Amino acid sequence: MSAPTLSTSGKPVRSPHGDGPPPQARRAVFVRGLRRNLSAHGFLIGAVLCFAFFSWYPMVREFFLAFQKTEAGRTTWVGLDNLEYVFHDPAFWQAWRNTLLFSALALVLGFAVPFVIALVINEFRHAQGYLRLLVYLPVMLPPVASVLLFKYFYDPGYGLFNGILHFLHLPEQQWLQSTGTAMLSVVVAATWMNMGGATLIYLAALQGIPGELYEAAELDGAGLFRKIWHVTIPQTRLILSLLLLMQIISTMQVFTEPFLLTNGAGPEGSTTTVVYLIYQYAFNFNNYGGAAALGLVLLVLLAGFSALYVRLSRDSDSDSES
Amino acid sequence: MAERTLISPAQLGRARGKTVYWGVLTLVVLLFTLVFLGPLYWMVTGGLKTAQEFAQSPPTPFPRSLHPENYSKAWNVMQLSKLLLNTLYYAFGALAFQLVLDVAAAYSLSKLRPVLGKVILGMMLATLMIPATVLVVPQYLTVLDVPVFQRNLLNSPWVIWLPSVTNAFNIFLLKRFFDSIPRELLDAASIDGASPLRTLRSVVLPISRPILGVVSIFAVVGVWKDFLWPMLTLPDPDKQTLNVGIYSLAQGVPENWLVAALAMASAPTLIIFLIFQRNIMSGLTAGSLKG
Repeated sequence: MSAPTLSTSGKPVRSPHGDGPPPQARRAVFVRGLRRNLSAHGFLIGAVLCFAFFSWYPMVREFFLAFQKTEAGRTTWVGLDNLEYVFHDPAFWQAWRNTLLFSALALVLGFAVPFVIALVINEFRHAQGYLRLLVYLPVMLPPVASVLLFKYFYDPGYGLFNGILHFLHLPEQQWLQSTGTAMLSVVVAATWMNMGGATLIYLAALQGIPGELYEAAELDGAGLFRKIWHVTIPQTRLILSLLLLMQIISTMQVFTEPFLLTNGAGPEGSTTTVVYLIYQYAFNFNNYGGAAALGLVLLVLLAGFSALYVRLSRDSDSDSES
Repeated sequence: MAERTLISPAQLGRARGKTVYWGVLTLVVLLFTLVFLGPLYWMVTGGLKTAQEFAQSPPTPFPRSLHPENYSKAWNVMQLSKLLLNTLYYAFGALAFQLVLDVAAAYSLSKLRPVLGKVILGMMLATLMIPATVLVVPQYLTVLDVPVFQRNLLNSPWVIWLPSVTNAFNIFLLKRFFDSIPRELLDAASIDGASPLRTLRSVVLPISRPILGVVSIFAVVGVWKDFLWPMLTLPDPDKQTLNVGIYSLAQGVPENWLVAALAMASAPTLIIFLIFQRNIMSGLTAGSLKG
């Protein structure tokens, strides 16, 4: 990348030995490169140090923790003992069942509902801004506020939901207090709190669909649902699959909602999620090895989804650039 | 808005289409207002009710008598001013650190292209692939005793500020924006003798206002909404954030006061949102994904 050396007359000078610049110039280029690099690294260093201490080092540490045990201040290498311990804990399997149930329910609600909402909002010529604003409003609430609100709504005594059921002459529910409905109640609250982002992303994708496609489909005699099936969904396929992956990755890590709504465990442990179990291991039982081993299981499971996500989003990047 | 959607304009133009359109629109607007604004209304009015009226079944739609003193009592008893100031301090400190360090990093990676820059960027982006909650335990152990410096960061603002810089998504957003700034502009500045810092200050940053706005809002809102990390790392009640403080005080306070406190805790981010909604929404869709 060396610039051609200029003679006083403005014409490039040919050095006697091949095409390279003379040694002096080469040194100058090297010094300039070094200085440029020093300043470039100077700009980087702050962020890199933060990453090193608070991201990269903990990442490495997670792996070591998972195979170590610390007792009375002494750390020993215990190999797969932590994993074995975790696998033999009945709470482990219950937490996985709960987490998968949460993810499945959250996918049905949290994935489908925003899409339908975006479809509906997109049809309107009026009030679109207002509706978009409303859907995103809960995302801006601090989680204690939205969660405690829902706790009141779920209250079996004076809660709003039982009030509505009572008004409709339907049997009242125990909501968060019963093993059958606790998880569903958590999912409904979590969906209300978090779906704004997905809805807006769908909406942006829907607005990118060329109208001629719908016209062509109509000429072929397609009705409303066939238009959705054959035009809307294929046209937004990439966004749909990206958000699906994102949903899977985030719902498997759910913690705050069950922690605040049902103190984490819920009736008979029916809302104990994997991350809540990690929290319990680490901060209630002081078993960091077990917590790290649990984390590693979650990591391995989600790494596949993450890799797929990165691949898909890279494809979408190169698509839009070409 | 000439772009047509699922339902054809011809269908909408007919008399029946028009009635159905307006009917459905009214229904949806009412339903959405109820579902998304309703709880906020319930919160604000719930804070104005007496304790008896609050615990009444079925709930009353309008408070029978107004008790704004619930708000001032909640404010004093839960020491909301302290929690609010703490949260502001953490949020704007995190914002400052992110703006300085992440912008500098993104600028360097995008325009100065240092040796190993690609590797560093890759390692930063790799952190996005690790589920965040997996790292909570080792991160917590790290801030208990930061290697090299041997410092315990618990209960200090650094525990919020420094990890907030490790936001690979923000760096990625900024870098993508800087990438789109034409090279010639920067070359012109450097021919005029501007140092990289000067170029960043007087050429890059002024152009980058929109993306800086988006990143700033996300940084502040991120701290405002976080729960697990501040709960773990700020155990001292005097140092806590709104989320954690209200959560830990929730048991001992009358319910109508607590709801008043929730309303007050929600106000700041809602106001930010109402002012900057355009930037937030465009940043959300432009930044995360594109179709």
